[in-house]
Amino acid sequence: MPKDTGIGASPKRREDVRFLTGKGRYTDDINVAGQTHVVFLRSDVAHGTIKSIDIAAAEAMDGVVRIFTSKDFEGVGGIPCGWQITSRDGNVMQEPKHPVLAEGKVRHVGDPIAAVVAETESQARDAMEAIVVEIDELPAVIDMKKAVAEGATKVHDELDSNLCYDWGFVEENRDAVEQAMKDAAHVTTLELVNNRLIANPMEPRVAVGDYTSHDGQSTLYTTSQNPHVIRLLMGAFVLNIPEHKLRVVAPDVGGGFGTKIFHYAEEAFCTFAAKALERPVKWTSTRSEAFMSDAHGRDHVTKIELALDADHNFTAVRTETYANMGAYLSTFAPSVPTWLHGTLMAGNYKTPLVYVNVKAVFTTTVPVDAYRGAGRPEATFQLERVIDKAARELGVDPVELRRRNFIREFPYQTPVAVEYDTGDYDATMDKLLTMIDRDGFEARRKDSESRGKLRGLGINCYIEACGIAPSKLVGQLGARAGLYESATVRVNATGGLVVMTGSHSHGQGHETSFPQVVADMIGIPEDQIEIVHGDTANTPMGMGTYGSRSLAVGGSAIFRATEKIIAKAKKIAAHIMEAAEGDIELKDGKFTVAGTDKELAWGDVTLAAYVPHNYPLEDIEPGLEETAFYDPNNFTYPSGAYACEVEVDPETGKVDVLSFAAADDFGNVINPMIVEGQVHGGIAQGIGQALLENCAYDEDGQLLSASYMDYAMPRAHDFPMFQVDHSCATPCTHNPLGVKGCGEAGAIGSPPSVVNAVLDALASAGHDVGHINMPLTPAKVWAAMNNAGGTGSGTAHGRSVDGPAAKI
Amino acid sequence: MTKVTMTVNGKSRTADAEGRTLLVDWLREGLRLTGTHVGCDTSQCGACVVHVNGAPIKACTALAQELDGADVTTIEGMANADGSLGAVQQAFQDYHGLQCGFCTPGMVMSAAALLKDNPKPSEADVRHYLEGNICRCTGYHNIVKAVMAASGQEVAPVAAE
Repeated sequence: MPKDTGIGASPKRREDVRFLTGKGRYTDDINVAGQTHVVFLRSDVAHGTIKSIDIAAAEAMDGVVRIFTSKDFEGVGGIPCGWQITSRDGNVMQEPKHPVLAEGKVRHVGDPIAAVVAETESQARDAMEAIVVEIDELPAVIDMKKAVAEGATKVHDELDSNLCYDWGFVEENRDAVEQAMKDAAHVTTLELVNNRLIANPMEPRVAVGDYTSHDGQSTLYTTSQNPHVIRLLMGAFVLNIPEHKLRVVAPDVGGGFGTKIFHYAEEAFCTFAAKALERPVKWTSTRSEAFMSDAHGRDHVTKIELALDADHNFTAVRTETYANMGAYLSTFAPSVPTWLHGTLMAGNYKTPLVYVNVKAVFTTTVPVDAYRGAGRPEATFQLERVIDKAARELGVDPVELRRRNFIREFPYQTPVAVEYDTGDYDATMDKLLTMIDRDGFEARRKDSESRGKLRGLGINCYIEACGIAPSKLVGQLGARAGLYESATVRVNATGGLVVMTGSHSHGQGHETSFPQVVADMIGIPEDQIEIVHGDTANTPMGMGTYGSRSLAVGGSAIFRATEKIIAKAKKIAAHIMEAAEGDIELKDGKFTVAGTDKELAWGDVTLAAYVPHNYPLEDIEPGLEETAFYDPNNFTYPSGAYACEVEVDPETGKVDVLSFAAADDFGNVINPMIVEGQVHGGIAQGIGQALLENCAYDEDGQLLSASYMDYAMPRAHDFPMFQVDHSCATPCTHNPLGVKGCGEAGAIGSPPSVVNAVLDALASAGHDVGHINMPLTPAKVWAAMNNAGGTGSGTAHGRSVDGPAAKI
Repeated sequence: MTKVTMTVNGKSRTADAEGRTLLVDWLREGLRLTGTHVGCDTSQCGACVVHVNGAPIKACTALAQELDGADVTTIEGMANADGSLGAVQQAFQDYHGLQCGFCTPGMVMSAAALLKDNPKPSEADVRHYLEGNICRCTGYHNIVKAVMAASGQEVAPVAAE
């Protein structure tokens, strides 16, 4: 029987009412009195030297307040990078300056050259068009392998090369892995591309800077997943504003998916310009601008080798990946192909030896950083694709090959640093197979064939590391910040609570799910609890929401702070009821004394805390407000098994997804409705990556997919209804809620099953094509079936490398 | 600048418009009705769908000056007279048809228009009708359920499939 309230219930979301009635307050809805508007002049070439910027005509135009170029930013810091990777040779990564406005050179289409501040946005845009910029074009640097070749054009003249770092993991295993490859009964090799994507939250980025001269306070309203992180990075590294003089507010935010984690130049610009002009400055990104200024995701070019013994046990995995950093290092960029990717290369399997090599490369493209899953989809895709390929080469069932190699004993120390605490990969696989009626597949395939279609079934597993992250560990790995989370629980005199959290909700429904936790602990209705988030002025220093961490880390902080509240409340109750503290119990919002009929309501105790007439003042302070900072001691490890069934039209190569099933182990679940919604959204993004989405640059560095006319965003008719299940739960052992995180699973787990399914469909008609690079567009699938090339190999980016068929 | 007057959510409203002012900007900046959102610049995303003279349009495709005298309904006008959520809005909440809420106003306006034309749509009807509305959060699963439920058709309750 589903619960009505508390942990495990699915109450309707309280935030929905404002969103459904047009009362949401997104950043673009904020206008500050006296506001000006800024429009950025962005580079329309990928790479070049700025010879001159003539702003004279533009400055004279109606409404123009001031035009800024890089010379106005002397003494201002660059946009910082939050993670430092060390290369195999012991050197730290190359880290170029990322100026707020381009200095001397432009390095990608969209690089901001000048900023026009005017009374209205239209006036700013008109004036922007009157600026004359002279650029000496330099060769674009697009192909990663060419970028690191001898003599390649350098993106940053001051660096040694375009190689940001060359990372080996675990370097000590390198020779042993080489030996295992030689000793193997079978080695399956696969070269693949993890296609470059654009996160595309539906709300474009917005920033509003404000400054009050009488107290020297700067305020930034911004579309961020982590306002405290923005305050820290921008205040300390770019603009030199101490935290107490800088407030960052991220109100309702219309989706993030990673790309709103990072500190962006436009945020620094609006904050800086508001102070310089002593007027508010607002920037609203157009969607076209978003395509060329929001950090992109994925873009890995990989070779993976899987070694097996004669009994089909995996004996070693080796991968070599080229990871695109773009032109500058975005906030988390260096960590994505390394610690969020290499550490997952054991997958769900007891492979004893793993070696991962990642070469991170600068190119003249938009910076690349975390996008839903961040590193873990890239790891999962390689592993689950190469296993399927191995099964096909060996003529064995892909499910049985996986099962043969499943990890079954926990905790399990992987050869890639992380230790899985719990999991049951057989359980999720068993569940999945019952969901999809695998036994009935052959009959369904025959039905498709009778209609001239090819049917395929693809299955894969995944594991991810979420609940990011243990601060001490990530500090050793190169993180320049801690990754704890914070919560302050304020109990009011009449018993209601306000929970101020460092987590940030931009679709996850924290205002609904977090109260479920607190309500359960105290035994009061959820409507007694209010969640405050998104404003550095009224929340404790916290690291925000990404990496499926809100509940596992932020929720655990709320749990700990509420524990402190309950402990103090029990002391007060013990005093009032003249009982021993150890005998006090709290249940259903009532304090009782064990073995007696004495009881005291929650509200009586909270009132006593603020009206301390009968109160143990000699032992404890009045008031009832507690803060906790929770720092996890391990990652969490959600896992699962996914299946996709497709039909391919052999005449056109078009793929239809007929069904998609996900059996996930998220540990304990607080709100099943919200969890399922997260999985649905993740699956849609994963299917989008597999079949539709591709961020394409041409050889000259022009962004070909720069609008919704060119970038294939998934629509409602691209999907079937999804089957999702989270009943196989092995609770996390090291956080107080036993939760693992669910936000990224769908995007991590789904691309391999889609591709596996399409290849299975093609194989059923005798087309054993080995691999097709995502997205599996009709043109690529048709070309693969007809040996027409264009299946894509070698390097990323649509047109320049994928062969003729990929142009379509 | 020209004064433009329309009936918006049942009330006569007047605000300035330049020749190039789009309906969506007139609503958002002129009337401060910020429930109608701008998610793209190519009329693809559908976050700005409103009803003009009873039919759904993308408010980024119309010039305000050309709509002088029009009757416009926005998301702010979709609740019942007593302030409770209208049927489509309520179904979106009941079936978790929204997450970040940004595409939601356009989704609700499109869904309401669909149900006016086709009171009992099939799942395929809903999916095809919503082609012009992009959602990045939900995978459309619960949006489709919400629209079906708003039409009075039976759908599985949330978190029970």
